[in-house]
Amino acid sequence: MSDPLHSALAVLPDYLSQHVLLSAAALALGIALSVPLLIAARHSARLRWPVLAAASLIQTVPSIALLALFYPLLLGLSRLTDRLFGVRFQALGFLPSLLALTLYSILPILRNGVTAVLNLDPAILQAAHGVGMTSRQRLLRVELPLAAPMLMAGVRTSAVWVIGTATLATPVGQTSLGNYIFTGLQLANWVWVLFGCAAAVVLALVTDQLLALIEFGLARRRPRLAWLGLCLLVAGVAAAAAVPLTASRRAGFVVGAKNFTEQYILAALIASRLRATGHPVTERTGLGSTLAFQALAANELSVYVDYTGTLWHDDLHHGSDPPRAKMLSALRTQLRRRYGIVLLGPLGYENAYVLAMRRRQAAALGIRTIGDLARFAPQFALGGDLEFFARPVWHDLKRRYGLHFRALRQYEPAFMYHALMSGAVNVIAAFSSDGRIAEDHLVVLKDPLHVIPPYDAVILLSPRAAHDPALRRALEPLIDHIPIGLMRHANFMADRRHDKRTPRQAERWLAHAAHLR
Amino acid sequence: MIALRGVCKTFDGGASYAVRDVSLEVPARTFVAVVGDSGSGKTTLLKTINRLIEPEAGEVRIDGEPVRSVPPHELRRRIGYVFQGVGLFPHLSIAENIGITPQLAGWPGDAIRARVEELIDLVCLPRTYLARMPAELSGGQRQRVGIARALAARPAIVLMDEPFGALDPVTRDALGGECRRLHESMQLTTVMVTHDILEAVLLADRIVVMRRGRVVADGEPHELLAGHPDPAVSTLMDMPRRQAARVRSLLEERAARE
Repeated sequence: MSDPLHSALAVLPDYLSQHVLLSAAALALGIALSVPLLIAARHSARLRWPVLAAASLIQTVPSIALLALFYPLLLGLSRLTDRLFGVRFQALGFLPSLLALTLYSILPILRNGVTAVLNLDPAILQAAHGVGMTSRQRLLRVELPLAAPMLMAGVRTSAVWVIGTATLATPVGQTSLGNYIFTGLQLANWVWVLFGCAAAVVLALVTDQLLALIEFGLARRRPRLAWLGLCLLVAGVAAAAAVPLTASRRAGFVVGAKNFTEQYILAALIASRLRATGHPVTERTGLGSTLAFQALAANELSVYVDYTGTLWHDDLHHGSDPPRAKMLSALRTQLRRRYGIVLLGPLGYENAYVLAMRRRQAAALGIRTIGDLARFAPQFALGGDLEFFARPVWHDLKRRYGLHFRALRQYEPAFMYHALMSGAVNVIAAFSSDGRIAEDHLVVLKDPLHVIPPYDAVILLSPRAAHDPALRRALEPLIDHIPIGLMRHANFMADRRHDKRTPRQAERWLAHAAHLR
Repeated sequence: MIALRGVCKTFDGGASYAVRDVSLEVPARTFVAVVGDSGSGKTTLLKTINRLIEPEAGEVRIDGEPVRSVPPHELRRRIGYVFQGVGLFPHLSIAENIGITPQLAGWPGDAIRARVEELIDLVCLPRTYLARMPAELSGGQRQRVGIARALAARPAIVLMDEPFGALDPVTRDALGGECRRLHESMQLTTVMVTHDILEAVLLADRIVVMRRGRVVADGEPHELLAGHPDPAVSTLMDMPRRQAARVRSLLEERAARE
């Protein structure tokens, strides 16, 4: 990557503005929910206990799981409203992230607010009634003003949590500062990872200080300071809101990518071809595998690249594997019939799972096939990506070859190769089109029983995008035009440690080498 | 005139009564002290008058009108209320604290300002204090502000619940005297709850003694000082008399020596 800092700065307005909008919306919604809850629960122990318990319980759910769970929930809801009222909404991206972060933001505000209200001097509360306040006047003139400083402290905690957790919105398709972290992790681009962290930290600190200014103004009865803090916050959010408007990112095509290098490169390739048609294009990268498929079926993505074996087993839930050509034609008809998804065609190379070892160890032990590996497996640790051990292909490999490993370890794909080279694992479930196989001089074990299904890369179009002739015209030249050697080299360019290129640079090289421009 | 008829209050569903069948009349411009041990029900009784506590049975009327017929907040704006905890609003200045009831009642700003200045003079605090916050004042000064706040909306009735309980004896005596003076000058009807019998004797026109939720004695101070058939009341009233006699004899001894 020639200048990672420069490339990071180039996308900062987009990432930062989306992060700010998401966090601000979640915090505002969190305050709007927790303050009425606080008001309702403050004098009722019967209500207070379950409300606080529920808020605490939500806090204990791992944030990434909470974000992920909202996607199927919203998707189901969207299908229901579509059937009932003909209204669909986006189940991917902003909405699930907003809802999950809102739930997260509630607890600190609510807990601080309840503590503040419960600790109010009873003499003051009685005096409020004694001087002739109605319950409403007592709330607005006495309870809330006195609880305000502590309530604001809760809002500050909440804001810092929300801004930090919003980086996890990337895997559910919401652009955030987390895109730096997830993409950087994927491409071993540590400058991006650090940049993402630093940006999130700075944003959290600035927000915290502005909220502290409001808190100070409230506590010391200096309303001008409180207003200043509020105005600066609102100005920041307004500035963030202005960025997407000027970029006019509405409508157009949405290109998806899963969370590994090849997908980033292919998404960049597809996006640049679609942009050439004059349509606005959004990229949603770093998606979970089946999430991408579901998002495509729901028209939330227009196009992305998937693999036949993955579609056959994980998305259509078939058991046994037909031969390559038969699988492709069966997928074509079944995807169309069941989901309205159009399989435009194969790109011309395969990215199958392969079991790979360090060349020296394989040679020393005389391991050439997965069958040979079975004897040594009990002393070996196997590394896989985050999805491998849940896939049918792993169960089939285990059963057919009788594989029993000493340990199974899951890694982000980028780390998996490091784990193999450092000896943390002896075998990895690598990807056949991966550039790192060549870079690290790995040996790929043969599969004599043909257990591993074909994983031909195919372009999938969403039901809506399938009817767009411009899109089809732009992408049809890719069909059968990307040989495995070129794809592997493009991957290698983006993955290698020296002279590393961005996915966009690798895409340009690939397009040129494959005579696509 | 405040009239209580058959007032009962229980906090435990009838197992015991904090106030049991109390009937009492407080004529206009009278200063009544309600005395008794802690737990005798005197504070509960006081709070039934401005509906901080609603009785289970019986009725409270003010000038013939049942208090239940008036919304509680409107009732309380017409009745001054002072209590031991003072309860000044810590987030409001002294001026805002004193002016709160007129403000709630919708007085114009000028009238509130004028009234606040009048009251700070009446309770003998400098006007420079108006801009201060309650935390900057001493306990005695705070209670003066509490009294000013209770009087702000020109109530005809003032209820006081152990108003001087937390103060030192000198401040206590001075403030008691000033309350009596304000009672006279503003032609108030005052009901004061206290456990200090001497204070009651010195300030009140009439003393009501309560025990276990009931009124056991009711009369002018000099009547009760003269003796009462209830031995407990008699012992209670004996105390200020003995103290006065002891002070007098000490002064006489000293005069004789000189």
